[in-house]
Amino acid sequence: MAIFLDADSKIIVQGMTGGMGSKHTALMLEAGSNIVGGVNARKAGTTAEIGGKELPVYGTVKEAMEATGANVSVAFVPPKFAKDAAIEAIDAEIPLLVVITEGIPVKDSAEFYNYSIGKKTRIIGPNCPGIITPGESLAGITPHTIAGKGPIGLVSKSGTLTYQMMYELRDYGFTTGIGIGGDPVIGTTHIDALEAFEADPDTKAIVMIGEIGGDAEERAAAYIKEHVTKPVVGYVAGFTAPEGKTMGHAGAIVSGSSGTAAAKKEALEAAGVKVGKTPSETAELMREILKNLA
Amino acid sequence: MREVDSRDEDGFRVDLFEYQARDMFEAHGVPVLAGQIATTAEQAEKAAAEIGAKSGGVTVVKAQVKTGGRGKAGGVKVAKSPEEARDRAAEILGMDIKGHTVGTVMIAQGADIKEEYYFSVLLDRANRSYLAMCSKEGGMEIEQLAVERPDALARVAVDPNVGIDAAKAKEIVDTAGFDAELGAKIAPVLQKLWDVYREEDATLVEVNPLVQTGAGDIVALDGKVTLDENADFRHPDHEALEDTAAADPLEAKAKAKNLNYVKLDGQVGIIGNGAGLVMSTLDVVAYAGEQYGVKPANFLDIGGGANAQVMADGLDVILGDEQVKSVFVNVFGGITACDDVANGIKGALEILGDNATKPLVVRLDGNNVEQGRAILNELAHPLVTQVDTMDGAAARAAELASK
Repeated sequence: MAIFLDADSKIIVQGMTGGMGSKHTALMLEAGSNIVGGVNARKAGTTAEIGGKELPVYGTVKEAMEATGANVSVAFVPPKFAKDAAIEAIDAEIPLLVVITEGIPVKDSAEFYNYSIGKKTRIIGPNCPGIITPGESLAGITPHTIAGKGPIGLVSKSGTLTYQMMYELRDYGFTTGIGIGGDPVIGTTHIDALEAFEADPDTKAIVMIGEIGGDAEERAAAYIKEHVTKPVVGYVAGFTAPEGKTMGHAGAIVSGSSGTAAAKKEALEAAGVKVGKTPSETAELMREILKNLA
Repeated sequence: MREVDSRDEDGFRVDLFEYQARDMFEAHGVPVLAGQIATTAEQAEKAAAEIGAKSGGVTVVKAQVKTGGRGKAGGVKVAKSPEEARDRAAEILGMDIKGHTVGTVMIAQGADIKEEYYFSVLLDRANRSYLAMCSKEGGMEIEQLAVERPDALARVAVDPNVGIDAAKAKEIVDTAGFDAELGAKIAPVLQKLWDVYREEDATLVEVNPLVQTGAGDIVALDGKVTLDENADFRHPDHEALEDTAAADPLEAKAKAKNLNYVKLDGQVGIIGNGAGLVMSTLDVVAYAGEQYGVKPANFLDIGGGANAQVMADGLDVILGDEQVKSVFVNVFGGITACDDVANGIKGALEILGDNATKPLVVRLDGNNVEQGRAILNELAHPLVTQVDTMDGAAARAAELASK
């Protein structure tokens, strides 16, 4: 078992024929993903040879779904086209849309996210590494070689910290790892992932990675307290970040006490989550938990 | 007060000066008073002569700084004549307001204020939507109002796909408790302010105070606007609004080279890939540095493009910081391949030549790590030390910075 993505997932790629799209389509194929085609209105009806595979290109997400039975789309389109691409996927009622694109105006994300409410599409991202169910499928850009299958569920705002944490815990492995993205407006949240991991019988423990800015970690802590029975280990990046400075991710700004790493750590610990000071310490906390579960 | 706080958490942002917000308001049909900027007392006098003609000779000299509380600090003064405006401007120019030096003043038309209100529309991260806030009690610091009299501050959710239409504007003024007659005058101004928010890709538009004049007109007397830099591709005019003069020289240099760099106060230069990992690196270095009394000197995320030029540019900026004693390059090769990073470091050292003077501690992991480490081993550069783990490398970099 896994969450949101498994060996049966049929993936299309919006922006497959672009530079990023073709590079990562090849890497997803290498990871074992079942990529069934791409979408590009200007190249509809053609095929693209990627990773030794002849992939059909469709004009729209809807056509691609009808022709292939795709149920996941990964979008690599440039920022200025991302909103239209997302709305097209939502209108086509694709069950899962992973938006990798970085640098989308927050207005566009707010518009397509709110447009998706009450419709059939779950959105992961934007500005995220996507989702990986090791040994089964990859819908995103996480290197599939870092870690294999195992009992840990991972949810993270940050891409490279996802990789770092998967690497630290490669001796145990993961059911699914989700990078939800660091933008101010994202589709799937920490809470959505926690809920799904709680319901997934193969996930024995959960590692949650946050960073400064916003209050998503605080809200996740409140959710864990009420709804999560599985052990959760947390890590928050940015303890030493100065207030009022942007640290790359659009969401990661500290202002006053709310949104600081210390406030997040405190909230998580109050919910019974063990929080590590560094990625390696966090991994060590997880190992202890898994040893005791065994 | 998460909603109030959230306006500072909107990401890649550009905060405008009041006069820039005023001009933007005017361009979108929001009622504002006349205003001109001046950077010298003489310019202020000339502006006051022109502008005062519309308001019986009275003008207001307002410090242009991107911080609150300038009134209390003495940065806003009424002048009854152009000569007085000159003298007030001379006092205000050069003044320090909460660490911001006043370089520009705005000479604004004097207003006959009957009542002061508050309005803002901003990104609401928690609800992944927008929020309008409105109060009959304007003028004071809104954070204070939100804490002391929360009932006096109406909060109304705004659907990003609908915005503030006539119905939403009416809902906002009704919730704030305006009577029907006054509400009907304010509501159209809120719709115009929404036009500013939407059409300019703002993440905050705030008017404090929004006033009713003696003649019964509604006017935006002050304005704060924060723009989303991610949307610059559809606003070529926004680049000119950025305040490059205020940036730290190293930050300005980094920005010119498209590097995501933030200057901090410390001795260990940091280069990494991915914002989360770099933030984590700062933490690990700060912990390791405790025993040596050293701290991280900067945040620098080189993202996925760790080629020689990007690495050289990054090192060049970091080594330009005189406080820096060592540099920690922390890369987890996800998409980035470690051999590319190693070649980047090698190339950067060639490009920098004698300008590379500080020890480099390099930790590579992930994609093509063996090849990457081999390249640096072969290079055997006297300044470069490789350490296999993030914690170990941080400790080494901190130790080197203390020497």
